[in-house]
Amino acid sequence: MKHSLSVDLGGIVLSTPVMIAAGCAGSGRELAGLVELRKVGAVLSRTITQEPERGTPTPRIAESAAGVVWATGLQNPGIDVFIADELPRLAKSNAHAIVSIGGGTLEEYVRLTGALQGRPEVSAIEVHLSGPDVELQRSVLGAHADRAAEVAGAVARMSMVPVFAKLPMLASDLPDIARAVVRAGVTGVTIGGSPPALDVQADRLRPGLGGVTGWLSGPALLPMTLRAVFDVARAVPDTPVIAVGGIRSGDDAVEAFLAGAWAVQVGTATLIDPAAPVSIAQGVVRYLKSKGLASPADVRGRLRVPASFGAAADEPDAT
Amino acid sequence: MTRVRAEILSTRKLGAYQSLTLVAPEIGERARPGQFLAVKMPEGREFLLRRYFAVHQASRRGGWAGTLEFVVDPQGQGSQWLTSVQAHEFLEVIGPLGTAFAYPKRHTNCMLVAEGHGAASLYFLAQELLARHKRVDMVVGAETLERVFKPIEGKRLSQTIAIVTADGSLGDRGSVMDALPDMVESTSTEVLYAAAPSSTLARIAGFCKERGIPAQVAVEERMGCGLGLCQTCVVPVARKDGSGYDNLRSCVDGPVFNPARVLWDRWLSEEPTMLPTPPEGLPVVRTWPG
Repeated sequence: MKHSLSVDLGGIVLSTPVMIAAGCAGSGRELAGLVELRKVGAVLSRTITQEPERGTPTPRIAESAAGVVWATGLQNPGIDVFIADELPRLAKSNAHAIVSIGGGTLEEYVRLTGALQGRPEVSAIEVHLSGPDVELQRSVLGAHADRAAEVAGAVARMSMVPVFAKLPMLASDLPDIARAVVRAGVTGVTIGGSPPALDVQADRLRPGLGGVTGWLSGPALLPMTLRAVFDVARAVPDTPVIAVGGIRSGDDAVEAFLAGAWAVQVGTATLIDPAAPVSIAQGVVRYLKSKGLASPADVRGRLRVPASFGAAADEPDAT
Repeated sequence: MTRVRAEILSTRKLGAYQSLTLVAPEIGERARPGQFLAVKMPEGREFLLRRYFAVHQASRRGGWAGTLEFVVDPQGQGSQWLTSVQAHEFLEVIGPLGTAFAYPKRHTNCMLVAEGHGAASLYFLAQELLARHKRVDMVVGAETLERVFKPIEGKRLSQTIAIVTADGSLGDRGSVMDALPDMVESTSTEVLYAAAPSSTLARIAGFCKERGIPAQVAVEERMGCGLGLCQTCVVPVARKDGSGYDNLRSCVDGPVFNPARVLWDRWLSEEPTMLPTPPEGLPVVRTWPG
């Protein structure tokens, strides 16, 4: 049987369903020589803001059990320098370049989208929605369905390329937020990513990170990612869902597909092994062969759950 | 940089440290003093990130050609695991990474200041300086005798050497800062190199600024990937024209920096808050002297 890893995410066709997650590909040139980027489905930029961001004080990373706690404060050179310096390098890598944009106000997102308008190097936009909402003075902009839809919808209406909304992990009503952003016009949703975390150094009575609070990444996240993808994929059927968080092997990626993902992003695993996105794709092929399947779409959402599941509210104490 | 699966040729305990020699000609042929290696940790453990070690020795000629040596200070889970690996096992290593120390063109008298395992990269530097007919003097310090790295090697590589320990178990009791002024005076130091914990480097930076001695230091900041991907190991460094500063990645923009441009107070502030505006009067720094 002929295997194809190609996947169409609502207008952007990836050669493999494995991408490098936002913030894990440097400025586009660091991975040269360590991974064949043409064998990677897409490369996400670090999250770009309107103005340059210096980021948080160091240390910015600490290890935890099967994970890392980190905070960079979205250090980036700002959209103008990004377009001049980093975007051309990202695009030269022969993988699709997806630009991650972040902000604290609706206007910032609109301006960022405008700045990327008509740039042939940009294959898609991912809207980072986990930062604070400066305008409405709320701690997480995308944790509210109406606000996430307002911002992601504005980007989607302006953008000529597909737009993916990366929803904040641990938002309690993730399926509702996903429905709202899809109604607002986004091409797809990115689900998972880093939940908030804290590292504590008891001997010094201090936080482990210079910026105090951070985010958790790494394999410890995988079951949370699978649950979130499972819930969202059922809420927005026929919408591309991208899984991110804790994926480090082909088997992990297949688990995400079974839960309903169309594609996956790989972050921490890329930091440890820059060739991980390629070896994960190879692992997916091995799984497909062993099952006699042709494409990841053949397992997408095929997790076998009892017919009775989902009939009642899915509460922890439901019987 | 190259990614290789390298056989361990030998591993030996040196005081508090473990020294590992790898067969890695692809990396060894290009490694220069100040650069470092990223060593992958084993699968199936709960610690994930690579561990980073300065290159201690890269032999290009002779019976040891193609070998690469680095020194482990077993303080955490990953480095302790590295003390347990045996000869003929394999490590997955990326290197050489980061910037190297620059050699002086005009000046001759070089002072090398090392604290703890920082001596590993400076002994490599000393060899390269000697090969360029420079004079090498050293101040080597540590907490205890066991943590003074290869004192005999230090003596062999230097014209004069001051060894200091915090407990007085080897050499004079004190810190490298106690011994440095006299040594700089007596050897007519023209340029200074240092590898030490950041608090010591900050004091060395102040000393060099006061005396007008050009210097290069290898910094240590906690790294995520070592490859320039994750933006975690940053150090605030003033721009050359004094127009501001940038958080530069110590893995690709460093680890070797001009200490006169590092904003030490900002970097090492124990106060875990952001300082949004640049401080007044950023230094304008001339470039590394020839």
